[in-house]
Amino acid sequence: MLHSARRLAARAFAPLLLSFGLVLAALAWLPSAAVAQAPIDAALEKLTTDSYSDTIDAIQAIAVSGHPRAAVIIQALQGGQLAFSAAEKKVYVRVGNGLQEAGSGAATAAVPADLADVRANNRVRGIVSAAMGTLTLLNPDPARRLEAAASVLKSRDVASLPALEQALGRETDPAVKAAFAAARAAIVLNKADASDNERVAAIDLIRKRGGQDALGLLRGLPADTPKRVKDAAEAGAKVVETQLALWSGAQNVWYGLSLGSVLLLAAIGLAITFGVMGIINMAHGEMVMIGAYTTFVVQEVIRAHAPGLFDWSLTIAIPLAFLTSGLVGVILERTVIRWLYGRPLETLLATWGISLILMQAVRTQFGANNREVGAPSFMSGSFDIGHMSITWGRLWIIVFALAVFAALILVLKRTPLGLQMRAVTQNRSMASAMGIRTPFVDALTFGLGCGIAGIAGVALSQIDNVSPNLGQSYIIDSFMVVVFGGVGNLWGTLVGAMTLGVINKFLEPYAGAVLGKILVLVFIILFIQKRPRGLFALKGRSVEA
Amino acid sequence: MITSFLLKGFDRRVTFAVLILAVIAVAVPCFNLYLPQNHPLHVPTYLVQLWGKYAAYAMLAVALDLVWGYCGILSLGHGAFFALGGYAMGMYLMRQIGTRGVYAHPILPDFMVFLNWKELPVTWYGFDWFGYAAFMVMFVPGLLAFVFGWFAFRSRVTGVYLSIITQAMTYALLLAFFRNDMGFGGNNGLTDFKDILGYNIQADTTRAGLFFLTVLAVIVSLILASAIVNSKLGKVLLAIRDAESRTRFIGYRVENFKVFVFTVSACMAGIAGALYVPQVGIINPSEFSPANSIEAVIWVAVGGRGTLVGAVVGAVAVNWGKTWFTGAFPAYWLFALGALFVLVTLFLPKGIIGTLSSLMARRPAPAGTLNPKPAE
Amino acid sequence: MDLAKNSLLYLDGVAVSFDGYKALRGLSMVIEPGEMRAIIGPNGAGKTTMMDVITGKTRPDEGEVLFAGSTDLTQMDEAAIASLGIGRKFQKPTVFESQTVRDNLVLALQGDRGTFATLFHRLTGREATRLDELLETIKLQDRQNELAKNLSHGQKQWLEIGMLLAQEPKLLLVDEPVAGMTDAETMETAHLLRKINETKSVVVVEHDMHFVRELGVKVTVLHEGAVLSEGSIDHVANDPRVIEVYLGR
Repeated sequence: MLHSARRLAARAFAPLLLSFGLVLAALAWLPSAAVAQAPIDAALEKLTTDSYSDTIDAIQAIAVSGHPRAAVIIQALQGGQLAFSAAEKKVYVRVGNGLQEAGSGAATAAVPADLADVRANNRVRGIVSAAMGTLTLLNPDPARRLEAAASVLKSRDVASLPALEQALGRETDPAVKAAFAAARAAIVLNKADASDNERVAAIDLIRKRGGQDALGLLRGLPADTPKRVKDAAEAGAKVVETQLALWSGAQNVWYGLSLGSVLLLAAIGLAITFGVMGIINMAHGEMVMIGAYTTFVVQEVIRAHAPGLFDWSLTIAIPLAFLTSGLVGVILERTVIRWLYGRPLETLLATWGISLILMQAVRTQFGANNREVGAPSFMSGSFDIGHMSITWGRLWIIVFALAVFAALILVLKRTPLGLQMRAVTQNRSMASAMGIRTPFVDALTFGLGCGIAGIAGVALSQIDNVSPNLGQSYIIDSFMVVVFGGVGNLWGTLVGAMTLGVINKFLEPYAGAVLGKILVLVFIILFIQKRPRGLFALKGRSVEA
Repeated sequence: MITSFLLKGFDRRVTFAVLILAVIAVAVPCFNLYLPQNHPLHVPTYLVQLWGKYAAYAMLAVALDLVWGYCGILSLGHGAFFALGGYAMGMYLMRQIGTRGVYAHPILPDFMVFLNWKELPVTWYGFDWFGYAAFMVMFVPGLLAFVFGWFAFRSRVTGVYLSIITQAMTYALLLAFFRNDMGFGGNNGLTDFKDILGYNIQADTTRAGLFFLTVLAVIVSLILASAIVNSKLGKVLLAIRDAESRTRFIGYRVENFKVFVFTVSACMAGIAGALYVPQVGIINPSEFSPANSIEAVIWVAVGGRGTLVGAVVGAVAVNWGKTWFTGAFPAYWLFALGALFVLVTLFLPKGIIGTLSSLMARRPAPAGTLNPKPAE
Repeated sequence: MDLAKNSLLYLDGVAVSFDGYKALRGLSMVIEPGEMRAIIGPNGAGKTTMMDVITGKTRPDEGEVLFAGSTDLTQMDEAAIASLGIGRKFQKPTVFESQTVRDNLVLALQGDRGTFATLFHRLTGREATRLDELLETIKLQDRQNELAKNLSHGQKQWLEIGMLLAQEPKLLLVDEPVAGMTDAETMETAHLLRKINETKSVVVVEHDMHFVRELGVKVTVLHEGAVLSEGSIDHVANDPRVIEVYLGR
């Protein structure tokens, strides 16, 4: 958790922290490098004996020395660029046509007469590549050290144990240190000569670390492992398994909430036009599509005229999408829908016609293919919380959906327009008698619902293909959410969207994406049978009449 | 009892339409088969096929009008019943291919061989026998409509709610039929049919015969639907459409009537689909697309809902317009269709036949014509 | 239990709530066979909810509703209750507007309500006679082939009463039959109801005190979902509790 929190903070102050962290790492590195200077000369001398076993000893010594030239030397050996002079007892690294002294890196002009390559057989090569792994354990970059720890954890190579222990002792970064400790535990667990106590302690450590790797380690013990160790491992594995199940549940909930927020965005405008006003607008999906295309146009303009503003493109697109879709909505209401109040089935047909026209208009204007809408930098990337991974794009969409929802609630509850809207939808004739211009309010309310659909389009442009058919894929889902949540109840829409999102994601692993969707549809159809007026139905005489 | 029941179907409008359709049913195949190519009245085969398709659509429209025009159930899922009937017929036609398929497997259709299936799925058993297939053409859509309707109508899902869940139903089926493991050919559907009841499906005579049968089916469905709406049950349906809860308080079990008419209508739609498939030569999941179902609704609206004959007129008119438009101005067809939806609902709520009959008749409109504002 | 056994309609402790709002709280009432009862009460007293409970539209949360001493109405739906012989007339006249006056009555005529029975139904001579009688009672013989939507408001009310009679119910529930009627029409309706009461039991819900006085029957006053007072019109008119909540304001 600490680690992830650090990552989170790093996001905000990334450049600052990064440089700060580098300095810290460098500081931590320097003194130990100085201390480790001594043993390397002896090791280098061994390389001049031209004996494989001496070469191996030398490599192992150099690898754990922490000497700043260690990597260069071992790499040179790997690449056949390491040479020695038996007479001078000196080792050189070939650099281009010249020579460097292996230990100091100083260039040498004089080429020794007996210069010969350090030879390597298969055994030496094996040791060399293991040594390279060890070397990265001592890399100044903590991210590289983490990678190295992970690769050791996978290989469980006993040979890397000394290097690992040394690195562990020196490590200051808590996250890397934990990773090293886990890698060490993994080796110990599989080491033939480790005592039972050591192994049990290792199991304990691995269990605490958790994760899929840990499970593999604990379950993958050799058959001849003593019973005590085996039992401890099995118990540990069970704990890890439960933990993993919880995390995967949490991850599913997260995916579900993420899908739910998309559904919420798509449905929330509909909750106004259908839920509050009772207008069944089949062109709702096209309002979403118009919002997505507005985003596309905004980005095109920015790319052409002000590339520096690209990160702001979505922020700019939000109000524009609201206005564009809202305006289309107002025009639609004034020209078509108002003639059809009280005739829901006719409204359904007319707005379906509108949706065909809007789709074809966009297809004519922008082409039938998908349009590329880019993601600003703050939307890309991801971070981990425990064993689950969270992408920034999804997180922002959830935040955004909730923000839009909250804003809408505020508009309806706290503004004069909201008051008039509620008045008109609850009792039209009374509202009109009190001097509210009901046609005006109707148009604005409908425009608001469509405008919100446009805003949804901005968000959806980030996760879906922007094509003329974008809206079609959301219309049925949106209606399902509104109907499921209970018509006329915005909170119902919120709960409905999130519930359906989570159900969908929990079904997917068992049923697959398509079947999952079908099951959700069937579930809703059955649910409507049970509660025809949704999750949060308004009950009473007046409603049922 | 049945005869007197069916005789009730022959009101003036339906009788007139039946006569015209009967003439078409006989004349078109004859003009196609027996008149020489250069004769001015010769009907080319492609037109027989096209008009046969319209006739299948017309039958679907009659089925839809029965539930929407007379009982107020706006089904946005009738395309699903149509497609299910079509699939049942398609399965029969697939089994008839036998060893003439690309893989020449004696039992398995090509796509199953391609998917490496070893055995025929249970769902395909019996479809090599026409009688069974013909039964399934009605039974499957009817059963779905019965089960769906039984659930929906019993819990009193009405109005747009019902429309939306019927749309969700066909959408769910669309997704399901796209899946290969459903065993209905997945994305590609069923096609490459060879023959039907032993006749080559490509032959002019077969096409003419199919045309005749399809128009005959339209005639029968018109008479049947008309008989239903002119019976006392038809009055109950209208009563349900106009004042559902009042009908309950008089003592009618509204849900039973709705389930009945919905099921009858679905069977009709299934037969229409079954007649459609051999004429167009393919059935694939896109027939389940919600857009298809809602397009069928507009045929009925254009012709005039609650008139039955209007459904036939609307289906033919709109589809003829579609054929013409997609030939002449392909990019504008969807604009035209969209505008049609808007204009008909705004300016022609009674449709062609409804408007004509209220213009022509001085006496009060027949009971079927629509009440402009629903009572509830 | 004798009370229940000999009654036509027996309500005991009926409670209904909608989302926490208690529309009925322990309503108890007994209607004798052949009785006519007037029910009054301010808005929100639970009159319409009571009708909904009796006709099966709303299920009570608790309480007993018995018809003819033994039939439990809470377990039945609207259609079943209507078939038992309970007819209901709504506050707003609801006739089937797009059908003729005669067809409206045909629909309401007592007979088998089954799906297939109606599909193959043919009008019998007896039914035709009964139709003519009804048309005469409600004075709409001349307009029997016109669409119901072309009738005047008063004629629709009468058609609806005609439809009630066509069902030949044992008990009629009539909700505000004289709302929007002229004084003359009101008197005539009172007369009609009394005539109907000669053969059937009637429950009338009404606001109009003149009309209730004109009926001259036992009155039940509802208030906040329960019976506040019961007795003759003079008795309840002088009941101080009634005056306080309803009449005196």
